[in-house]
Amino acid sequence: MSTTDLPDADRLGRQTDEGAQEMRPAGRDLVVTGMPWPEAEHEGDTMIINMGPQHPSTHGVLRLMMELDGETVLRVRPVIGYLHTGMEKTAEELTYVQGATNVTRMDYASPLTNELVFSMAVERLLDLEMPPRATWIRMLLVELNRMSSHLLFQATNGMDIGALSMMVYGWRDREETLRLLEAITGLRMNHNYIRPGGVAADLPDGWEEDTLKVCDTVERGVREYDELLTENPIWQERMVGVGPITTEDALALGATGPILRSTGFPWDLRKAQPYLVYDQVEFDVIYTENGDCFDRYRIRLYEILESIRIVKQCIEKMPPGDYRVQDRKVTPPPRARIDESMEALIHHFKLFTEGFKVPPGETYVAAESPRGEIGCYLVADGTGKPCRLHIRGPSFYNLQAAAPMAEGSLVADAVAIVSSVDPIMGEVDR
Amino acid sequence: MPDDDAREESHKPASGGAQERDANEAIEVDDIAAAVVEKFPGTVFHDSHGQPVVHVARDAWLEVATFLRDEQQFTQCLDVTAVDHLVDSARFVPPGVSAERFEVVANFLSHPRNRRIRAICQVPEADPNVASLAEPYPGVNFGEREVYDLFGIAFEGHPDLTRILMPDDWEGFPLRKDDAPARVPVTFKEDPSP
Repeated sequence: MSTTDLPDADRLGRQTDEGAQEMRPAGRDLVVTGMPWPEAEHEGDTMIINMGPQHPSTHGVLRLMMELDGETVLRVRPVIGYLHTGMEKTAEELTYVQGATNVTRMDYASPLTNELVFSMAVERLLDLEMPPRATWIRMLLVELNRMSSHLLFQATNGMDIGALSMMVYGWRDREETLRLLEAITGLRMNHNYIRPGGVAADLPDGWEEDTLKVCDTVERGVREYDELLTENPIWQERMVGVGPITTEDALALGATGPILRSTGFPWDLRKAQPYLVYDQVEFDVIYTENGDCFDRYRIRLYEILESIRIVKQCIEKMPPGDYRVQDRKVTPPPRARIDESMEALIHHFKLFTEGFKVPPGETYVAAESPRGEIGCYLVADGTGKPCRLHIRGPSFYNLQAAAPMAEGSLVADAVAIVSSVDPIMGEVDR
Repeated sequence: MPDDDAREESHKPASGGAQERDANEAIEVDDIAAAVVEKFPGTVFHDSHGQPVVHVARDAWLEVATFLRDEQQFTQCLDVTAVDHLVDSARFVPPGVSAERFEVVANFLSHPRNRRIRAICQVPEADPNVASLAEPYPGVNFGEREVYDLFGIAFEGHPDLTRILMPDDWEGFPLRKDDAPARVPVTFKEDPSP
């Protein structure tokens, strides 16, 4: 359909044909991603603008197509795929030993959670049982990761709302947790530390003191942000009542994690379906009633304190023992054994060249990532590589909830709403 | 020492907790799966490592999902994905299910009952389509678009079935096993090859 066929074609701005922004009368089919936007719902002069894919507040490369009436957002359509790198296809070419290095790069703000679900899925197909220390180390690491991820949210959320000093504070305290993770795993991010069969190495000497120090730093930081922001009238003006969503909508749209909990629905997989040893530690599920941006901010803030509680209990209760299963078909022999034992050398060589074979089967393993339910659907075909590895990224589904949240709000609030969804595009696009 | 045990046979399951866990969960899950099997003839129940799985006939796919939501309190469909079994030599399908090339997999979660169930549907290569679950569960919108994009399986009744991750003009379906990964040549600067 040509624009000149429209009844009010003379009102179209011809000079804008080459620009991204074009005045369009309602009623025209808007070509977005090869298919028209679902039929026009609004009358009058509305404008379609693109926010992103390159925009500081889009947390990577998220593109939002927004239909605006003045400053009011009428419709939002998230357009994703700009960071698609075919990681699920890559996973089919990697052995199970190499697989953790791949999945850890999906949700790059909480890489350990990705490694955890992948490892738990492989272990479930192998019917392996973890030694207690490995399980506790995993829980400790995942909670430290939750702290760093939520601190990252506090930083970027502050930046998006306009509390720029918050950005510096958030990154500062996140760096402390990343330093600790580096001391334990060897890498700041993309750790490849939780692997099928246990963890890569035992905790380093003096980890208790280092961890407690980081807990104190982060706890002081959280109190500081709470004092700085929560009661701050400007902050509340930007957040309270912005982007509300009901429990029914959140459930229907597949939203999980803090978004679901902010609607008054206290659902946390760590409590509801405990994995690892979450049933042996005390912590609370934080939830609020209003379902707006302010509540999502508060939940993530106070969840940091709950994570600190869990981490401190991990320090107290950390059992002695082995940090990985002693099964030479899955975990490599200790370095010293390779010099003495030919079998150890063979096992080491086989493990790192062709990996181990997983019996045919399929399973879905879920865990509570900082953003919601992360799931790993793994299909094994009896060879050394997965037949199919699918990660259910919480951000991927949560992003659908951003559209109804933003409808009817102002453009400036749309920034706050996207920020409060806390999408990690690496996980959305994989 | 375990290192000296140079077994060449395949991995043996460790004894202990895993089996106990499976037994406990299997007793709990039977009633929902049994209700589905009873209501929809042709549905096959399978216990997959302690998780309840129902293999659903393709024409009952939407009805099973609606039944799970309306009568079994499954509040969320967490994920829709697919598997291509083209080169799967050791493929397992429970008796009573005729294997096709594609499987569409949906994971359901019931918050009030704190249960999960997985539904699997066989989709033939010649006619790759299945009913969309977007009506009972609007949240599967992105998931089904992803499956359409990467596997070329169409979902009938989906409100907006377009490519989501790949470019709009992309040809082929990348997660299919017969889709060549390096089809698009990557040229490097001063590459001696033509």
